Amino acid sequence: MASDHITADMVEGSEFSFLAVKYNVHGVPHTVINEEHSIVGAESEMEFARGVLKAIGK
Amino acid sequence: MGVLKEKDRQKLIGVFKDIQKDVRMVMFTQETECQHCEMTRMMLEEVSGLSDKLSLEVHDFAAEADLAKKYGVDKIPAIVLLGDRDYGIRFYGVPAGYEFNVLIQDIMDVGKRNPGLSKEVMTELAKVDQPVHMQVLISPT
Repeated sequence: MASDHITADMVEGSEFSFLAVKYNVHGVPHTVINEEHSIVGAESEMEFARGVLKAIGK
Repeated sequence: MGVLKEKDRQKLIGVFKDIQKDVRMVMFTQETECQHCEMTRMMLEEVSGLSDKLSLEVHDFAAEADLAKKYGVDKIPAIVLLGDRDYGIRFYGVPAGYEFNVLIQDIMDVGKRNPGLSKEVMTELAKVDQPVHMQVLISPT
């Protein structure tokens, strides 16, 4: 909602275990950004926002 | 026998009083429902019945493949949360355990048309100028 560029899927890892395997998920929450970047664990909103920017090279 | 406990129903009715604008839940399942799909549909039918501001549409992933594609839905059970427009919010899998709280929080955010983030975080996110697709993998607790 904060950005028109951002879409977010909540994915239940045990139901879609092929995705957990694909993204090498060992702990949750595990956020995959644009298929190639990951944020592992829960972070503050600001840390998370900066992680998103880092993933797109900002 | 409902999915939600009576005390949770009552609590949600109270929480949903703060919804200001309509929230549409669009769910994808299939004709022969998998257990997870059936569970999700039953939960959403109960939740959507707790507020006039909430509506639920149930669609068939196979028979309505074009609609699923329009929403970018590629697996089921899937829930799309919509307000005045599509904010790109999707839930895949049964929203049970902790994820149920996340679903309710997202319904409230959409219902208020406000993601509830600080001004500082909004300023950071305003710098996003290219598509970002986040997949948050979680497990039921």
